Amino acid sequence: MVSAQHYFDQLMFGVAPYLALITFFLGTIQRYRAQAFSYSSLSSQFLENKRHFWGMVPLHYGILVVLGGHVVAFMFPREVLAWNGHPIRLYILEISALVFGLLTLLGLVMALVRRLVYRKIRTVTSLADIVLYALLLVQVGSGVYVAVMCSWGSSWFAASATPYLWSIVTLDPDISYVLAMPFAVKLHIVNAFLVIGFFPFTRLVHVLVIPNPYLWRKPQVVRWNRGPGSGA
Amino acid sequence: MNVRSQVSMVFHLDKCIGCHTCSIACKNIWTDRKGTDYMWWNNVETKPGTGFPTQWEDQDKYKGGWEKKNGSINLKSTDKKRIALNIFHNPHMPSMDDYYEPWTYDYQNLFTAKEGPDQPTAVPISKVTGEQINVESGPNWDDDLGGSPIYAANDPNLDGLSEDQKAQLQAIERLVFFYFPRICNHCLNPACVASCPSGALYKRGEDGIVLIDQKKCRAWRSCVSACPYKKTYFNWFTGKSEKCILCFPRVETGQAPACFHSCVGRIRYLGVLLYDADRIEEVCNLPDEELIEGHRSLILDPNDPEVIKAAKRNGIPDAVVDSAQQSPIYKFVIDWRIALPPHIEYRTMPMLYYVPPMSPVMSVRNEDTIEHVSDNLFHDIDEARIPMKFLANLFGGGHEAKVVYALRKQKAIRWYRRALTVGDVTMETAKQMLNEADCTVDEAEAIYRLTSLCTFEERFVIPPSHREEAIEMSQDPHERRQSTGFGFLAGPRRGL
Ligand code: HEM
Ligand code: SF4
Repeated sequence: MVSAQHYFDQLMFGVAPYLALITFFLGTIQRYRAQAFSYSSLSSQFLENKRHFWGMVPLHYGILVVLGGHVVAFMFPREVLAWNGHPIRLYILEISALVFGLLTLLGLVMALVRRLVYRKIRTVTSLADIVLYALLLVQVGSGVYVAVMCSWGSSWFAASATPYLWSIVTLDPDISYVLAMPFAVKLHIVNAFLVIGFFPFTRLVHVLVIPNPYLWRKPQVVRWNRGPGSGA
Repeated sequence: MNVRSQVSMVFHLDKCIGCHTCSIACKNIWTDRKGTDYMWWNNVETKPGTGFPTQWEDQDKYKGGWEKKNGSINLKSTDKKRIALNIFHNPHMPSMDDYYEPWTYDYQNLFTAKEGPDQPTAVPISKVTGEQINVESGPNWDDDLGGSPIYAANDPNLDGLSEDQKAQLQAIERLVFFYFPRICNHCLNPACVASCPSGALYKRGEDGIVLIDQKKCRAWRSCVSACPYKKTYFNWFTGKSEKCILCFPRVETGQAPACFHSCVGRIRYLGVLLYDADRIEEVCNLPDEELIEGHRSLILDPNDPEVIKAAKRNGIPDAVVDSAQQSPIYKFVIDWRIALPPHIEYRTMPMLYYVPPMSPVMSVRNEDTIEHVSDNLFHDIDEARIPMKFLANLFGGGHEAKVVYALRKQKAIRWYRRALTVGDVTMETAKQMLNEADCTVDEAEAIYRLTSLCTFEERFVIPPSHREEAIEMSQDPHERRQSTGFGFLAGPRRGL
């Protein structure tokens, strides 16, 4: 018997990831081609400079570490499990993950409050920003909830989330890994696909244009209209 | 020798009347869009005064420019090593409070107000939020307020002045001020360019104009902090930085930039300087007191056959070399040495120079008579109403000698002209002054001519840009012929 529940699960965990990824790639590429100008972090520091620090810094330090953790567990599940073999190391990993998760949540809330409280910042808040904040709140909120309620996430992520994610990447989705998970985890996963799918239509595109050549280019930049090497 | 050409500028402060025509010309052309209302790519400040943004010269606060440390120069604000930490929140970025909240007025109210006991007023409306605001400051709030205890007394250039000198600047009947028009200096070692994580800022190779690539700018805002002159501005609406473009579309077509063209006092000069790009780094590392000479030494003599040869080798068109030979800037900066770079100690090597202003004559009351002649002919320069130390902080990197030199020459020329036209000074005295000011009669005549009688063509010697060659490099003229003049321009739309 194939139940409605089954179709729903298939849709959420088997189909949604592909919809999200397709939108992500097509959307970001097309936006870059048509409107490169619109790729900007749309900083609002100029309009409000004090609360800004308390939102942006925790938000970014937190999210970058947490995302980094997800990537490591995805790429090197065996190493993570081996590391967790010692309880002490497991505690260290779990606690730091939780701390950075809370940092992200704190930053996100501060940033959101700042957006709503300051009149000047509200004038540069778009509908996309509001949807994005809602999605991120669900994402980070559910993440922190999972970290607290479903202990030892660093281990079970490596053991069951990683195989699921790989099954998606290898175009052979095996949703059995996720079906057994608690609701909060499922929410975290589905919402992640929403964030990815919505990504091209938000300011999140700034993540794709983070400056790296800066670290190795010469300090000064000169452009020649008559083509490189044409001298003066 | 790596010869490059730079469109450079001189502002003659002794001629500036503070009318702000330049600022308005610029504003009407470039910065009347949403998000740019607060920007003044050209502004005219009263000195002493706090300037725009407030106290921009206070680099302890804003951390603009370069600093010399352990034998090399580093950006004071954020460089490669610190960018990762500072990109989310730029610790030294000025905010709108340091500039002002732009506003307009609710003029409709004058027509639509209900009948009442009072005259209707046009209340100020913020151009950011659209709501009524209480206007507390503006881009020129300290205009003409020399002597003011709020503005003039807080000028960062008062550093190092004695208490007496500071008091003198405020004393009633003796207070003094002058105007300081400012645009981007299109520096040789621009801090804004060096600070941009995205590499969106660049210096144009052909004419040295510093620009921001709007498609590459991602609002990391490093340039705003890094420019010590605060001449890159953040467009809060589009999320992109913008700055003075020296009206390059005008310059490329042989016209003077709008602020130059419209200048009522005719204080502005524009022309080419040839310089040696290979020596910039070396000069930027000189000790403070050698910076002005070092900066001058970068500029090459456009009549020197070696330089001309090297310029040719670098592909500089003959017409540009010709233009450099006619350059009024070369005369002011190198031949006459009376134009000085602003705040050379920021080490960005600005290519806009200022002729320092003369103060009103300082007189001595002797019983019933007021005298202003003493045995020392240059008496009133050494005891000028604007303390020399103040001008030295602005134009001498803190050292007075170069400023005194420029003022003595100007004064000697005035006396020389006085001897010729008014006759209350003997020619002998005038020539003695010229001599002491390191100036010949011919030079005096030339300076007089370029300062007082200058025509449009003498003030602006604009090099040909040869944009047609630039286009030919990338496009076949025959194909271009059939495709140009029709197409689509995409407006700058704010990102989601
Ligand atoms: C290394 C990577 C990143 C860099 C360099 C970066 C940089 C920035 C900058 C400069 C801003 C503008 C802040 C301002 O001045 O107003 C910003 C805003 C923002 N970033 Fe990032 N970011 C990065 C990664 C991320 C990631 C991974 C996320 C999350 C999913 C994220 C979410 C946001 C959000 C939501 C805002 C808007 C905050 C607001 O203005 O209210 N960023 N980012
Ligand atoms: S237009 Fe000329 S004279 Fe008038 S303020 Fe500007 S620079 Fe000075």
